[in-house]
Formats: sequence, structure tokens, C-alpha cells
Amino acid sequence: MRDFVSARAHAIPPSGIRKFFDIAQTMEDVISLGVGEPDFVTPWCVCEASIYSIEQGLTSYTSNKGTPQLRDAISRYLDTRFGICYDADEEIIVTCGVSEAADIAIRAVVDPGDEVLVAEPCYVSYIPCVSLVGGIPVTVPCRAEDEFRLTADALAESITPRTKALIANFPNNPTGGVMQEADWRGIADLLVDHDLLLISDEVYAELTYDRDHFAPAAIPELRERTITLNGFSKAFAMTGWRIGYLCAPAEIAAAALKIHQYVALCAPVMGQVAAYEALRNGGAEKDAMVKEYRLRRNLFVDGLNKLGLTCHLPKGAFYAFPSVESTGMTDDEFAEALLREQHVAVVPGSVLGPSGTGHVRCAYAVSRDDLKEALKRIGAFLESRGLATP
Amino acid sequence: MDEKDLILLQLLEENCRTPVSDLAVMTELSEQDVKDRISRLEEAGAIRRYAAVVNWEQAGNGVVAAVIELKVSPERDFGYDRIAERIARFPQVRSLRLVTGAYDLQVLVTGSSMHEIARFVAEQIAPMDRIRETATHIIMKTYKENGITFTARGDIERLPYSF
Repeated sequence: MRDFVSARAHAIPPSGIRKFFDIAQTMEDVISLGVGEPDFVTPWCVCEASIYSIEQGLTSYTSNKGTPQLRDAISRYLDTRFGICYDADEEIIVTCGVSEAADIAIRAVVDPGDEVLVAEPCYVSYIPCVSLVGGIPVTVPCRAEDEFRLTADALAESITPRTKALIANFPNNPTGGVMQEADWRGIADLLVDHDLLLISDEVYAELTYDRDHFAPAAIPELRERTITLNGFSKAFAMTGWRIGYLCAPAEIAAAALKIHQYVALCAPVMGQVAAYEALRNGGAEKDAMVKEYRLRRNLFVDGLNKLGLTCHLPKGAFYAFPSVESTGMTDDEFAEALLREQHVAVVPGSVLGPSGTGHVRCAYAVSRDDLKEALKRIGAFLESRGLATP
Repeated sequence: MDEKDLILLQLLEENCRTPVSDLAVMTELSEQDVKDRISRLEEAGAIRRYAAVVNWEQAGNGVVAAVIELKVSPERDFGYDRIAERIARFPQVRSLRLVTGAYDLQVLVTGSSMHEIARFVAEQIAPMDRIRETATHIIMKTYKENGITFTARGDIERLPYSF
């Protein structure tokens, strides 16, 4: 029998954390800092609204774009919260999580041979999604010394005549880096000069700890060349509901909608009902969660630095991204040994991009007690290697 | 009272044994500043005392609790305050509130048996001047106390890793 798997599917590299997953499955008492999702349960008002809608028999397809009610609410939210205006009817598509939004955004704009710049370290899906449509992913480093921001210099170095778009995710998974308006201004000039499109994944927009998130589409020159992606998973602790959205100028949104209607038809209606309720009444619980993340961040990052694992104070998302170079181990060795010996799960930074090498990603979306215990175990791990700083 | 004070109060209400060093790191204050703020909050009476939230039903020592509704005739010049102060002095009274609605004072009482609570209400509370009517509700089960849920919910399975 011939090999039925396509060359493109073959070309996707296997997951960089499969082996860790398998090791963790054999253990009982793992403290996992490896999960990119909130430990909170979705606010009860949101669950209640969705349960009620199911009881009322609201279990059908919706409009491909999503319910008008939800799109209206998203449009108002983006305007009041981040000062970006998208027309609810023409420019917003509700998707099955931001993952689908990223995929259809890429498919809507990338042709085979197009180079797509990807600011890394980053979430793992962008690069395979670009490859799957025959695009050429080109990584652009965001460095620790720049607090993991994307700089115009780094971007300029990677632009060629074949470059079509830039994919960026700020606040960033895995580094917690954020971009303020001034940071985006320099990038905007380059994007305009080279006539490039920006795909901006802002799923962590609500999780900032110093200043409010800045949405690049708020820069007028970028508005027409930006696809804004966002969703409910992180802000409202709704990962399992699978509701994200894509916002783009009408022409691009129409192209993405064609793809969305064939691959997903529509996002699940119960999730859309939940998302609508989250925007209406979930704000206070969201704010309380963000406050709690900030306390955890302070506690955990302070603990890491005291242990001698240098870690900048992340300004967004819920990840600490300490350097493990002082241990003399690679990030992969560190993550594997820490899991095997102390049952603490972290993600090696190198699987999230070359600039992540030498770092590990620790999600502090776990209870403070677990963070303290994790710090204790990391301390014991370092001590067992004679690396502890008393 | 500023935002940092509020965060400190929340943290202490949640766990009053949180070390000062952790409080300082979390609130981005110095340890001395945290100590000073806590002293001020104690002196101002914002922090009344440091106590455990006990699930007595689970502890199984046989303590019985009841909510008692009291209809009270208010006093000229004093309203409900003087009678409330008298009721509050009984050690059996765990909490006491003036509420709107069908009755006036809501009293949470504990005792070692239903009989003891019944006697307390009948002999101490009901005969007081200005108490017009009492209704005693024995607490059968507590689901949530001071923001803490008592009913056990199983751990939620989360993946050890995700991107």
C-alpha cells in the first residue's frame, strides 16, 4: 500500500513536548507549570447562561460569522476596551478558538512561496499553519535583552521582496513580553514601507499587569493592514468552550469567512452564548482573576530569581520565562530532569522558537500553594546538583 | 485605605498565616511597609481578629447551629441598637445583623444540642423586652461559609502540558 499521508502533513514536525507528556502520565503528583490555560473554572454566570440556553433547546447552527448578538458585543468591547473599531457585520468572524482564527487568517492571505515573518518565541501553531499553505515561515527573534519585545531592527533584517505578512503575539506566550504603542510605531513604519500585513494574536490582551494592552490596529496606518485575533479562553477562563474571533478589513474578512464556512461552518452555539454572557457580566470575575495572576507572578518570579534562575518580570500573559543557562543544562535537559526527579512540569523554551533556547516556560496559572511547592522542588533540584544559592 | 491595603486584607482574609515576606513580594511592598499597614488596619479595626474558618459539621463535634429571626419593636432614640447590643453579648450568638424584610434581626446561634438552642431562645431571647416574635431555623447543612465552599468537588483533570 502506498503512503497516503500527504507530503505537507509529513513535513510537520512532531510535538516538542510529546516525550514530556508521556513521562508526566506515569506520575501521580506532578505540579504542572506546563499548561497554557487558566486554572480557574469559567465564571459561573457564564456557565449558567450556557446551560440555560441548552435547556431552552438552543443547540443549532448559527450564522457562519457567529450570532449577531455576540458580534455586536465583540465590536463594542474592542472599541471601548482597546479603541479599535470593527464592523459587527462585515469585519468580525467568530471562530472555534483563536487557533482556528489564526489558521483561516493565514490561509486567507498567504500564497505558496510567500514569506511570512513570525515573531518568536511563540505559540506553536503559526509556523505549521504557514507551511501547510505552502508559505515560507521566517522567524524573527524577540530577545531577552529587549524584554522579549519585537524590535524594528530585528524585523527589518528579515524582510525580503517575497515577504507578505508578520505574525505577532503580544502579550506573548511564552515570554510574557508586551508591546506598547511606541514599540508598535517603529514596526508600523516598516509594515507600511514594505506593504506588509500584520496578523496580531491578542488572546492575552486582558492579562497585562502594568499598563493596558495596546492593540496595533489602533494605529490608523495599521488598521487597514491588520488582522486582529482574540478570544475568550485566557481572559475569561474559557479554554474548553473554543470561542475566538477574527477581525479584519471587510475584504480580508470575507475571504476568511469563505474558508471558515467550509472548515468549521460556525463556532459552537453554546460557546457563543457563553461568550456573550462573559462580555456582558464576566468583567468583575475577569478582573479578579487578573489581580490574582499578578500576585502569583510576583510570588513566583521573585522565587525563581532567589533560586538563581534569572527571570525578567513578565508584564503580560501568565508565563514566567526564566533562563536556565546558569545550571549548565540545556532547556530540554533541565525540563526533563526536573520532571523526572522533582515531578515539576515546565516547557523547554527551544520548542517555542530559537530565541527560547536556554529558557523554560512556567505557567503561573496554578494556585499559590502549588507555586510555592514548585519553587521548593526546583530549589531541591538545584541543590541536588550543587547549584543552589542559599 | 488604598488598593494595596485592600489586597492585603483579601490575602489575609483568605489565609491569615501567609508570611509577611510573601505578602510583601505579592503586593510589591517592603516587609516593613506590610507590617506597618497591617498594624494600621488592626488599629483601625478593619482587621478584627485572625481566625480559622471551621467546618463544624465535618469536624463532627456535635455543634448545632441555628438562624433565628427576630421581630423587634425599636426604641425611641435608639432604634434597634440597644437591644442588638444586649443580644450580641451572649456567647452563643455568633453573628447578628439588622436586615430589611419580614423581620428585623438575624441571629446565628450555636449550641451543643438542639435542646440547648431551644432553651436559649425560649429563656434568654424571647422574653427580652421589645422582642415581638422569634422564628428558629436549625441549620441542616452548610454549603459555603465566608466565601469558602464546604461541599467537596472532585479535582478537575487538566492536561499536564499544553501550548
